[in-house]
Parts: sequence; C-alpha cells; structure tokens
Amino acid sequence: MSSTRGLVADAVPSSYVDGPGNRYVLFLQGCTFNCVACHNPQTIPRHSTATSHWRPIDDVVADIAEAAPFLSGVTVSGGEATVQWQFVHELFRWLAEDPATAHLTRLIDTNGDAEPVVWDTLAGSMHGAMVDLKALDPEVHQVLTHRDNARVLASIRQLAELGRLHEVRLLVVPGINDTPEQLAATARWLAELDPAPPVVVQGFRHHGARPAARRWSEATPEDLDAAAARLIEHGLDPRQTVVRAGGRVGVPAE
Amino acid sequence: VGLEAQRHLVRSIVDDPSLTYRQRVHALAGAAENLLDPPVVSDACAAALDKHVICDLFEGNAPYRPRYTLPDYDRAMAQGSRFLELSAPADFDDATAFLLSVYGNVPSITGYPVWFGEVDRLLEPFAADLDDTELFARLRRFWVLLDRLFPDGFAHANLGPADGRVTRAALAVHRDVHQVVPNLTLKVDPAVTPDDLLLDAMRTVVEVAQPHLVNHPMMVADLGERYGVVSCYNSLPVGGGSHTLVRLNLKEVAHQHAGASATFTTHTLPRYIELTAELMEARIRHLVEQARFFDHSWLVQEGLLSLDRFTAMFGLIGLAECVEHLLTLDGTGGRYGHDDHADALAHQIVAAAAELVAARPMPYCEATGGRALLHSQAGLDSDLDITAGTRVAAGAEPQLYRHLQAVAPNHAHFPSGVSDIVRLDETVADNLRAAVDIATGAMRLGMRDVTFEVANGEFVRITGYLVRRSDLEHVGEPEGVRHSSTVLGAGSLANMHLDDRIPQRVRTHELDPRPGR
Repeated sequence: MSSTRGLVADAVPSSYVDGPGNRYVLFLQGCTFNCVACHNPQTIPRHSTATSHWRPIDDVVADIAEAAPFLSGVTVSGGEATVQWQFVHELFRWLAEDPATAHLTRLIDTNGDAEPVVWDTLAGSMHGAMVDLKALDPEVHQVLTHRDNARVLASIRQLAELGRLHEVRLLVVPGINDTPEQLAATARWLAELDPAPPVVVQGFRHHGARPAARRWSEATPEDLDAAAARLIEHGLDPRQTVVRAGGRVGVPAE
Repeated sequence: VGLEAQRHLVRSIVDDPSLTYRQRVHALAGAAENLLDPPVVSDACAAALDKHVICDLFEGNAPYRPRYTLPDYDRAMAQGSRFLELSAPADFDDATAFLLSVYGNVPSITGYPVWFGEVDRLLEPFAADLDDTELFARLRRFWVLLDRLFPDGFAHANLGPADGRVTRAALAVHRDVHQVVPNLTLKVDPAVTPDDLLLDAMRTVVEVAQPHLVNHPMMVADLGERYGVVSCYNSLPVGGGSHTLVRLNLKEVAHQHAGASATFTTHTLPRYIELTAELMEARIRHLVEQARFFDHSWLVQEGLLSLDRFTAMFGLIGLAECVEHLLTLDGTGGRYGHDDHADALAHQIVAAAAELVAARPMPYCEATGGRALLHSQAGLDSDLDITAGTRVAAGAEPQLYRHLQAVAPNHAHFPSGVSDIVRLDETVADNLRAAVDIATGAMRLGMRDVTFEVANGEFVRITGYLVRRSDLEHVGEPEGVRHSSTVLGAGSLANMHLDDRIPQRVRTHELDPRPGR
C-alpha cells in the first residue's frame, strides 16, 4: 500500500452531479485559476488551509472501497485535480489494482490548465477527463479566470486525441460568455475535435460564489436552453449536447 | 359498545359528505361487522390489544375474507371461468376484459383486489399482434380502468424480472397517466433484468415515485417462484395469500420491560410474541372455521385460491424507539442507524423475533410450513411518535451508505416484506444511472425491498402508498376545509388521516380509521 499523501479539501461519498452514475468525489486543495465565479473559493489556495487535510492514499482507497458496492466510479475534482497530478495518478493506479475498487471508472474534473506531460501520464490511469471551458475567447477567459486559455484549449485537443475527453462543460455566465458570436465560435471549435466530445451546458449560480461575482446574473433555464440551441445550430451534435439546470458545479456538499 | 354509540357511528357514516357511495357502503359494512364480538382471546391478549401493544390494523371483529388474496391469474386465463361465464381470452382486449372481470370479484381487506398479478407476463402473449402504438393505447386504457374501477392505493401490479414489450409499455403508461393506482413493483433479478430496464424503471421513479423494487432471487429462495407483491410491499404466495396481519409495537413492548437490554429478547419479547400469535390464531380460526371462506368462495372452487397456499403475517413496528428506550434503561444511550451498538441490538431483536415466530405453530399456514411470516409493517397514517416497521427514525436518517448498512441485516428476517425508504436528492433526475447504482448496491448488501423517494416529486408517500402532492395542496383551500371539518365531525381526531382531509375518489381502504371498535 501507499503512504503518499494528497492535500484534500473534502470528500463526498455519494454524488449524482460529478459524472455518470453515483460517484465518490474527492476534492483536492489548490487551483491554478482564480475564477470570480468559483463556487468553492476556499479550495483555491495551493497550500494547507483550515479546512484541508493531508490524507495518505491508503486511507482514501479504504474509504472508497467501503462505498464501492454503490458506485459507478470515482471523480477527482478540486480545486484543480491536476495541481496534484502525481498523487492522482498513483491513487488511480491503486484503485485499478484493488479488487474492491477495480470496477470503478476513474474520472477527473479539471479546468484543463495542465502541461501535456500531465495528460500523457494520466491517460495511463484514468478513464477520462471532464474539462471546464470557461470561454473560447482569450479576453473573456481573462475576465472570468484571470488567466489565459491557450493551455486549456491545447489540453482539450490533446485529451480528444488520447481518447480521454469524457466531456466538455460550458458554464454559462449570462451576458459575459454566451453572446451569439461566442457560442457559435465555441460550437464550431468543439465540433472540429476528433472525436467531438459530449458537451454539458451548465448555469452560473450565486450560491457559494464570492461577492464580486454577484455583479453577474444567474443563468435561467431559458438562458441554458437558448445557449444549447445556439450551439447545436452551429454544429454540435444534439444527441451529445445536454443542459444540466439543477446540478451543482463541483461544489463539495455542505 | 352500546347500541346508542353504534347508531351514532352508522349515522355519522350515512351523513358524511366526504364519502362516495361505495366508500359509505364499505364503512357501513365495517360498522355492522363490529357489532359482533371479536374472536375470544385470553385476558392478557385482550389487555395488550387494549393498550395498543398489539394492533389488528382495524381488520374488523369477524374476519370473513382473507386480508390479502393473490389469485392464480395464469390458471384463470388458461381455463376461463365458470363462475364468471367467461372462456379463456384469445386476444389482448379479451385478456384485459377478462382480468378486469376477475379483479371485480376478488375480495380482500380493502374491498378491492390488492393484487392485479404479474400484468406484463400475463399480457405479453396477447401483445404479439399489436404494434407499439396500439399496445400503448390499449394498455393505457386498461391502466385508466384499474384506477377508476379499483380506486385504492393498495391495489398492486407486478412487473419483471424479465424484460418484455408489455413491461416497457407499462412503465411508459405509468409515466403518462400519473395515477396512484396501480401501486407498482418491479421484480429485479441481476441475472435476468437488463440494465436498460432498470434505467427505465428509475426514469419512472423520478417522474411518478414508482415502481418499488423487490430482490427477486431473495424472494424465490424464501417463497419459491410463485410469489407476488401486494398492498404496501407485502410478498406472499400466489394462489393463496395472507389470512391476517397483526402487528406488535416494539416501542410499547420495550416500555413493559424492566432491567437490562440483554434480557429483553429472552424475558419480555417472547411473552408478547405469543400474545400476538394468539390473536392471529383466533382470527385465522374465525375466518376458516366459522366464516368458512374457503368452503364457498368461487376462487377456491375454480382453483385460483387454495387454503394450502395461505399464510399469515406477523408485523413489527417501532424498532427504532424500542432500541432507544432499552439503551436508555442500560444507561448507555444510542440511536439505531447512528451507533454501532444500537444497530447490533436492533439486529439482535429482529433475529430473536424471527426465531420465536418461526418456532410458533400457526394453523392454516401450510404455504409456509405451518408458521407465520415476519413482516416489517409500514405503519398507519394514524401512528404518532413511532417509526414504521424496522426503519431508522424518519428525518434522522444517517448518510446513505450508513443507513443502508444499518437496515440491510434485518431484511433476511422479513420474507413477507420490509420497506425502508431510500431518499434521493432531486439531482438524480439528470443521472438515472446513479439510482440504479444505489438500487443494485442495496440488493447486493442483502436488501429485499428498495423503496425510493425523490425529493420534490409530484407524489408523496404516506406509508407504502402514494398520494398526489397537488391533491394535498387542496387542504388549505375552502373546498378542502369543508371536507376537513366533515371528517372531524365524523371520526375522532386521533384517527384522522392526512388523506381524509382531501376530497378524493381514490382512498386507501386497508384500514378503517373510524372509531367504534
């Protein structure tokens, strides 16, 4: 067994909103972005905090094994899962080898801001990545995340080539990243990937976000439907484009 | 009870504007039956009944039909019926008309049938000539008739474990009509039931809070292939049923106990198990030997029911409070579902009850070796401050896996059914696979019955049956108030049901809430 430790913000033994089926979700501490709309900003600092814990892999595997009879899989989220990518890789390898957990699918929930070597490595231990694309337009991406998106776009392309792009998630912030032009460009860009990924349209919510984010309005179900319709109109496959109105967005349970 | 009180009761039923004609007839029959003295029991048994330690669930003083009957519909459809002057059905319309005719002549405690049979398997051979559109339309008409002719939330249809066109159509119809009748169970066998059918079932659960799931391999091991799920998730032999259901209130039994929890199962529990069994025996003998149901029913004469396929149900409730009280006596404290030592005590009590019931001969229960079947009873609407069956106290459920691990060990001991409510967050509507994961995980853990409840659904589960939330919302409106007051005038407040306060065509007739017993 392994005593390698990861800095964990929280763990949820049962989630219906972090990938297919009932999933165990491990939220790692630390993120490379500083999104204004972040729903769990306490997980952003890349160091130990009052709410985070160093947990050995043994301990995490044992916890997952207990829940395993009820699970489709495990999702590692954050923070940003790839900040501790070596820990994630090792955890996934242990999960794959343990008979109690080998049947579980291993996914990560990521902002896509990672080097190619990270994906090349994780491709050997994970079934797929669910990547958030905050905006295709670099300037809008700057407004939302305070970072450039070149690496995110490269990651999405690389994951598609590796056959590990489980889905791309678009978080709709009304009036900011859902203009008709942006949605059309995003749809065209995603449709050209090979293979084109499933796309999930989700809405920005105030819940959990910092006060600065409240200047933006929440996305209504109508906003999401309109965005999905626009995406489909510009080339996304309607069978692979889903609106998720009620779901949380990677928020640890309270 | 004096003659004047009886006259008052009859008058209150006759004058009750909230009852339909048929509901009135049913209530009047109950009042007439209760003019007779109940079957004779010992003073100790009568006292336990009086103090509600034992409860006969308002079955009536003079049982003249079995509580639950499960006619052999396969046989009926194969041979036709002399009594009903019907030949064996030849096509789909014949088959549904045939079944409706039989249902209309099946007695049970509710005055309606409690079992419609394995409707998908019964109708599948007749569906071959119909395309999907025709099948849906015809099955939908059948479903609407079930609800309109047998408006009782306990009337129960079974589906599965095998997949079929009628199975799928039935789920689609159920999602379409949004009825509380039929109450619905899907038999689930991991080796037979396809994953995709489970997903379809979960789609139906999310929309209309049905079907209930039953662990088919576990049922077959206990009751054989020929079993059905009726009423509030009661599993019983087909071609037979249950004479009676009497329940023991474990909370009250615990309050009769003095000393340490360790002596509860050896000292106090056996005494009350015997008193409950005594009442069951007296009621069964009345039904079989005095009212002689099995000597004159057409269902028996045509081989659709037979006495040797009958059993009786021994119900338990209030395990959560029982455990809590015993641990208070011990001075340790602890709560079932939350503390390991409390769970261990709960499992020990259930196992002891199972052993005692299995050791106590019960007349006319040949279907189950001359013994009653233990049942975790889903409660009455009128129960106050007591947890149904062997559930963890409602509103205080622990984390999902902890909850299932606490209740699962009990399931082996309840061959005639145990319903533990599994509440799912509404986000499951976008991820039906998650509900399948939890259902299959629960069964792998040894759970016999899995009842899902999805937050914010259209339907509300009262005990084991459903009412529509939209109907409940009428309670606050002038129309609802009028009915509420009439119910207050007619019955006692203590017995008032949630669903009595709403104007309704569909009622649940399993129990008669009215006073007079």
